[in-house]
Amino acid sequence: MAKHTLSVLVENHPGVLSRVAGLFTRRAFNIESLAVGVTEKPNVSRMTIVVEGDEHDVEQIRRQLNKLIDVIRIKHLREENSVFRELALIKVNAPPADRAEIIQLVEIFRAKIVDVAADTLTIEASGASDKVAALEELLKQFGIKEIVRTGMIAIERGNKLISSANGTENN
Amino acid sequence: MKLTGAEILVECLKEQGVDTVFGYPGGQVLFIYDALYKYQKDIRHILTSHEQGAAHAADGYARATGKVGVCIATSGPGATNLVTGIATAYLDSVPIVAITGQVPTNLLGKDSFQEVDIIGITMPITKHSFMVKDIRVLADTVRRAFAIAKQGRPGPVLIDICKDVTAATWDYEPMKPGDLRRYQPEKFTETARDLSDAEVSELAEVINRAQKPILISGGGVSIADACDELRAIAEKTGMPVTTTLMGLGSFPGTHELFTGLIGMHGTKTTNLATSQADLILAVGTRFSDRVVSKVDRFAPRAKIIHIDIDAAEIGKNVRIDYPVIGDIKKILAQLLPKLNSNTCPDWTRQIKKWKETYRLRYDNSDGKLKPQYVIERLFELTGGDALITTEVGQHQIWAAQYFKYTSPRQFISSGGLGTMGYGLGASIGAKLGRPDKRVINVAGDGSFRMNCNELATAVEYRVPVIIALINNHVLGMVRQWQNLFYGGRYSQSTIDRGTNFVALAEAYGAVGINVKRPEEVDPAIKRALEVVDRPVVINFDIDMDDKVFPIVPPGAPIDELIDGTEAQAAK
Repeated sequence: MAKHTLSVLVENHPGVLSRVAGLFTRRAFNIESLAVGVTEKPNVSRMTIVVEGDEHDVEQIRRQLNKLIDVIRIKHLREENSVFRELALIKVNAPPADRAEIIQLVEIFRAKIVDVAADTLTIEASGASDKVAALEELLKQFGIKEIVRTGMIAIERGNKLISSANGTENN
Repeated sequence: MKLTGAEILVECLKEQGVDTVFGYPGGQVLFIYDALYKYQKDIRHILTSHEQGAAHAADGYARATGKVGVCIATSGPGATNLVTGIATAYLDSVPIVAITGQVPTNLLGKDSFQEVDIIGITMPITKHSFMVKDIRVLADTVRRAFAIAKQGRPGPVLIDICKDVTAATWDYEPMKPGDLRRYQPEKFTETARDLSDAEVSELAEVINRAQKPILISGGGVSIADACDELRAIAEKTGMPVTTTLMGLGSFPGTHELFTGLIGMHGTKTTNLATSQADLILAVGTRFSDRVVSKVDRFAPRAKIIHIDIDAAEIGKNVRIDYPVIGDIKKILAQLLPKLNSNTCPDWTRQIKKWKETYRLRYDNSDGKLKPQYVIERLFELTGGDALITTEVGQHQIWAAQYFKYTSPRQFISSGGLGTMGYGLGASIGAKLGRPDKRVINVAGDGSFRMNCNELATAVEYRVPVIIALINNHVLGMVRQWQNLFYGGRYSQSTIDRGTNFVALAEAYGAVGINVKRPEEVDPAIKRALEVVDRPVVINFDIDMDDKVFPIVPPGAPIDELIDGTEAQAAK
């Protein structure tokens, strides 16, 4: 099933996250990932929700979300006109013999080494999901000790703003 | 003006025109009850036997009057006792505001005595909820709660108020007239835009072209006060009209174009017509599973126009060809002038023929007391003018089928959640909201036993509701299913426990009447209708195997229904 990205502006209240998450559980919708943070306005947060389903499912999700009083705006972000990014921190085994090769991979992927210890390196990688996944796959051979990913965030290209989108718009 | 939080709360209730609240005191609402004591001349508080009764009463009050119902409970168990009532209101889109006390802010999250996260518990069954931890936002929160409960598709809103907020003092500024808009979430106003002329013409064209249209009127039509507009459309086009359970009364049950209920207990005429229709005009309804049954065989030949205020209902349960989101009343009024007269004369005739062939009927030949007869007599002897509340089960469907509802807000029943124990509390709320109307709670013995404690409330406040107890000594609907679909294995559905319901009524201070034979029905109802200062329980003793027909078996399309006649013969 296809993945869709919904960008959702919400009131920055306690409890909003549980309302949104609870809605997904109750309506049996699948969340692939959810990332949330405050926006340029301190009273507004932005959630990026990646869901699985067909267009009809996504439309239902969008309409149900729109019924939540704390939801201000929803925009369905399309791949062709939006930028998608994910951040991962990966702690990988790095004995001296493997270090050079790991560092080389990090450079190819334009990732960064953010922490060095006697036998591990911690790598910061960002980009589209598939790029982060590809790096993860290549690092597996050295032994990944720990990994943390933020979930996808996304923004529309060009001068369009989510805050000026109509509440029910689906473009 | 400096007031306590509790006083500000009551002032805000007054601003909203609230004159009656239902509730039960307790530790965390003591300040609120102290304020209610002070304001007792302005606001009548009805003390129920149980918080659940208070929630159902607020709901019945709201359904009968169209105003927002209010219930109050303390924290912890008081709040959780409201839950079934809130869920009932949520599923049937009833505007209520539930006010719960909460432990003081410094005790939050510490598993304090009678502390429970009622916001978390009720999140999936409220339209919205607020926790008030700061007296400065209390007044605006109450105003927002009422605005949200009423606006668009109505629903329950919960306000959880910490005890210290009710004790603190703050400046109270009365709401200015015309301020209401400020408290309504804008986005719902945006969604419900008017249709353009082109859109109206397109819809009208679809309706004008249809040869076999049927109009399904749901609860939303009553809520939107659009019954006159809907009726005008039906009468102009000659289109037959069915209603959902929630839609009963939105179109006159006595009207020649009325085909009866749709769906699981729908009439054969309605269900056949729906299955053969080329157009469904669905208004203020949500295509619940009780209406649709088997989704992929529902109205297979029909295009569907769906008009509703709630965008999320469009396409949720069935595919929609012409979605229309907005205010039903406005949209129907826009449509009417563009519709042709008498658009489907052959179909109108066909429906009339079916109605004559497939009348609702029951076997009355054995001289025993029949539940359907009881309902018919209630209709006749009240002149069809009473408000009917129900519990949930067979009696509910009989009350839906055999009483002819002619006005909106006349049939008050837990359609969505199917809450046994709903009706008595709801009848008290309905009667207090509409003292000019007779209110009859059609009950079953199972449902009545769940919450009959509210008889004490009706006695105390001299609320003359009539409880028509259709007593078959079993959980009739469960038994019916066990009989038809579970090989007659009556697992845990016999509840003949020797309860003397007449003595029980009298013990509460109500009037009790026993009825065993058909000829006793009229005198009993007439006697009950003369009682004006207390509730009456009429115990109608019926057979345990009387069944609700028609019934669509689980998983079948709605036109494959079991019609009572052959099943009665097989008995």
